[in-house]
Amino acid sequence: MSHSVAASLPNHPRNPGVALQTDWFDHIAVNTQAAERRAATLTTRRTVKKEWQAAWLVNAIRCIDLTTLSGDDTPDRVARLCAKARRPLSDDLMTGLGLDHLTTAAVCVYPLMVPAAVKALQGSGIPVASVATGFPAGLTPLPIRLAEIRYAVDQGAEEIDIVIHRAQVLNGDWTALYNEVAAMREACGSAHMKAILATGELKTLRNVYKASMVAMQAGSDFIKTSTGKEGVNATLPVSLIMARALRDYGARTGHKIGFKPAGGMKYAKDAIAWQILMKEELGNHWLAPDLFRLGASSMLADIERQLEHHLTGRYASSSRHALA
Amino acid sequence: MPNVTEILATMDYGPAPEATGEVTKWLKARGSFGHYINGSFTTPAESFAVNNPATGETLAHVAQGSQTDIDAAVKAARAAFPGWSRLPGHARAKWLYALARTIQKRERFLAVLETLDNGKPIRETRDIDVPLVARHFYHHAGWAEMLADDFPGQGPVGVCGQIIPWNFPLLMLSWKIAPALAAGNTVVLKPAEYTPLTALAFAEICAEVGLPKGVVNIVTGDGETGAALVAADVDKIAFTGSTEVGRAIRKATAGTAKKLTLELGGKSPFIVFADADIDGAVEGVVDAIWFNQGQVCCAGSRILVQETIADAFTERLKERMAKLRVGDPLDKSSDMGALVDPVQLDRVTSLVREGQAQGATLHQAACALPAKGSFFAPGFFTGVAPANVISEVEIFGPVATLTTFRTPDEAVELANNTRYGLAASVWSENINLALDMASQVKAGVVWVNATNIFDAAAGFGGYRESGFGREGGREGMAAYLTDLPIKARSEAPPITPDTAPTPDAPAIVATIDRTAKLYIGGAQKRPDSGYSFAVTHKGRTLGLVGLGNRKDIRNAVEAAHAAKGWGKATGHNRAQVLYYLAENLSARAAEFTERLKSAGTLKPEAEVEAAIRRAFWYAAQADKFDGSVHSTKSAHVTLAMNEPYGVMGIACPTDAPLLGFLSLVLPAIAMGNRVVAIPSQNMPLAATDLYQVFDTSDLPAGVVNIVTGARDELAKTLAGHDDVAALWYCGSTGGDRMVEAESAGNLKVTWCLPNRDWQGPDGQGRAFLTRATQIKNIWVPYGE
Repeated sequence: MSHSVAASLPNHPRNPGVALQTDWFDHIAVNTQAAERRAATLTTRRTVKKEWQAAWLVNAIRCIDLTTLSGDDTPDRVARLCAKARRPLSDDLMTGLGLDHLTTAAVCVYPLMVPAAVKALQGSGIPVASVATGFPAGLTPLPIRLAEIRYAVDQGAEEIDIVIHRAQVLNGDWTALYNEVAAMREACGSAHMKAILATGELKTLRNVYKASMVAMQAGSDFIKTSTGKEGVNATLPVSLIMARALRDYGARTGHKIGFKPAGGMKYAKDAIAWQILMKEELGNHWLAPDLFRLGASSMLADIERQLEHHLTGRYASSSRHALA
Repeated sequence: MPNVTEILATMDYGPAPEATGEVTKWLKARGSFGHYINGSFTTPAESFAVNNPATGETLAHVAQGSQTDIDAAVKAARAAFPGWSRLPGHARAKWLYALARTIQKRERFLAVLETLDNGKPIRETRDIDVPLVARHFYHHAGWAEMLADDFPGQGPVGVCGQIIPWNFPLLMLSWKIAPALAAGNTVVLKPAEYTPLTALAFAEICAEVGLPKGVVNIVTGDGETGAALVAADVDKIAFTGSTEVGRAIRKATAGTAKKLTLELGGKSPFIVFADADIDGAVEGVVDAIWFNQGQVCCAGSRILVQETIADAFTERLKERMAKLRVGDPLDKSSDMGALVDPVQLDRVTSLVREGQAQGATLHQAACALPAKGSFFAPGFFTGVAPANVISEVEIFGPVATLTTFRTPDEAVELANNTRYGLAASVWSENINLALDMASQVKAGVVWVNATNIFDAAAGFGGYRESGFGREGGREGMAAYLTDLPIKARSEAPPITPDTAPTPDAPAIVATIDRTAKLYIGGAQKRPDSGYSFAVTHKGRTLGLVGLGNRKDIRNAVEAAHAAKGWGKATGHNRAQVLYYLAENLSARAAEFTERLKSAGTLKPEAEVEAAIRRAFWYAAQADKFDGSVHSTKSAHVTLAMNEPYGVMGIACPTDAPLLGFLSLVLPAIAMGNRVVAIPSQNMPLAATDLYQVFDTSDLPAGVVNIVTGARDELAKTLAGHDDVAALWYCGSTGGDRMVEAESAGNLKVTWCLPNRDWQGPDGQGRAFLTRATQIKNIWVPYGE
């Protein structure tokens, strides 16, 4: 039996946001050690083996925002990445797994690379995501950051990964943060917005929870851990707290918010770990690309190797897999 | 097997079984096991089946230990003791190190075997039990190395009989054997009837590393085998198990001079304040009561939640509980496995039914359970009245009770409303509140924002009816060491109190008649009996003292309880009182000297002088005999605090009427205890003369209470008093037996110490302070 596992477009109802309500998080208690203990045992309490492992790795592929965010990106480089997004696994792997169609969830690039990506993905149904708002630091004037969003949307980006202004979190300036993110959400128009919190620079898990809540109140469709450029990027404890924040937001508003860990996740086992976190803390809804993305570039290559090993019983070589 | 596409639709975890091939091969090869005695396995005479509780299948047959087997094992341990105990610490360290290494090299084998035998999930045996076992042997290799330097003047106890439970079979073995061996003892260990297999595998490891014969002996069997071991010619019994059996062992060993440590049941509070990390605390409940199927003596089985968050907490707990996976313990994705035996399943089931029948509401996970095997779905109760059986009785299964409280005071009250005192867990982001709770909860282990965290360097053990003695850390080593023998001195036989007038022994009437009453709550009280008895010397009546009885003891204990502030006073404050006491005693030195002289004390000046010195020494210790910070896990402060018992009873020798009394009372009160003391039966006037010294020394009322009269009769009332936490008895051998047997009621800590030369070095020391305190380990994880 073969099956089509197409990247489902983010078809989840948009988050309209709510008014800023600091009492939703003013007194939030997050115990770091407790969070770290939970994070550490998620992957020792659960595991997937054999067919299940293969399926979970395939699922990870369909949730990947295949990303290139380098200073030396060129249209050709982006086109190569897009080709990989369209056809992440070789035909023999696809056949072996009983699949006939599989793509990544999206391709994520800088604004100037959006046209190349849109072109390369034409007809694939794979959306282009663009970072914006002075990525990665977000320290350019607000009008310029908003203009950057509009530029990317104009060029065809259907998803915008914005960065928040970290100082507003560190200073507890929630009104300013809310207003900026709400303005960005407006600038996105119909494009879905993912808010990057840059958690490695927020430092405390309480800050992470609070920033998550403000970003959601301001209308973010996804909350995302990191740019990939901070000293510390996606970690399980941080993801745990963001997942709990979006659970709490959902309980108050009825809106389902997506989650995207990004940066530092290089291996297939990371893909499994984050899916376990999603399933355990939020449920199966958060294992599909409309509510879960993995912001990664090199992770796909390791997943390919693991899948090949699953099928052949031989350890794989990257040289036999197409480059991203 | 579903294909990838089908799995993508469900995103199930799928099966992830741990392989058992190596272990089943071993079990098949051995078939049946004898005892491990004197370095080799016996041929079993009578044996019983050991089953896998998850499947009901028989894993092996093991020998039923008989009296003869126990005798042979004790004999082997006895024979091995001289050689083993005389080894240099470094030599024993090398053996313990070898055991640790070998356990580590056999880690998966032991984890799989434990899971098969016990039914607990492989995640726990693999990630928790076996690593802690190896850690325990490594840690104690260190103690063996350091023994002579760190414990001068102490030596091994001798042959230790050790009886362990089925909930952490190999881990409890390591907690027993590692410190015993490090200290130079030899052991006879009886594993639990349900779970003897990892102990037998450990025996093979002992043989594999070539541990000298007879140092470790393992005899399998049931309760009768255990009873035979308790009755055998051993020097110490260490027991972990139920309070009921612990009580029986206390009675059985009473008066035998066998050293005893007990690690018993619990009904530990898990306290969640409104400012806690609720998700963290919910996850804590998972680690507390749904860890090892709730078969954990220190399980946080009484969840106490502040009212304002109770609804939210309960909802989240239900949601979390619904995610637990119960099933094949060998599956790597199982959170819970099987209860240890169908007998336990029946017990848990009937207790839970009873709790429901008494009006509590059960919330239980709707998870599918395997068709066979002793499985029980996780749950918790709400609407639990304190009088409901499930509030009081240890369920020892995966079911907690949830009760609400309004204020920190009420939380303390509820937390301490139990006969047990093993552990507690406190959840709050407010460090002031958390540490305040930690100090007030009566428990040997307190985890702040955590639960069920263990480490070999920390002490573990209970207050109250959860037992006495510690395992782990420096305090755990103390349980396997003994002070080198002191020079005991027999006391003068107690006189029979004569309450009739004594016309033939005329009193020395010098001044106005002084009547020594009892001293209770800082006031002189007439004895309830209305009788007095004469204190005489060489045919002269020195004075009359009250003849105390049961009711006087009762009143004295109440007065002592009322003096709560003493335990909270600073060591400096207590020192000030003791110095003041010395000052006032010194001012009246002539009077006390005269009194002692009249009673025939040979060197009365020396005794008074020694008493003054003693008050200085314990005053000095009051703010110096302090705890420590254990080196456990990273980012965890583990505080080992010496806490007073609370209310102690002290029965004094007939000899040294002043110095003997003060040598026992001063260390007790220096550490913050309040005492009910029975002074020398023959010459209580030396103690009753102290009333005015106490009154003028700012000693708060009720800290020292004195009841004069027949020592053993009064001591018996103290031993049988459930609100007395510890009792020191210095008297006859028959009295020792009586005190230890009577103390079984509330399992109070007893110390039956021989009379001695109170003016010599044996008359004071840290040993007295150690006996006057119990150690509470408080775990404070940190990190932002």
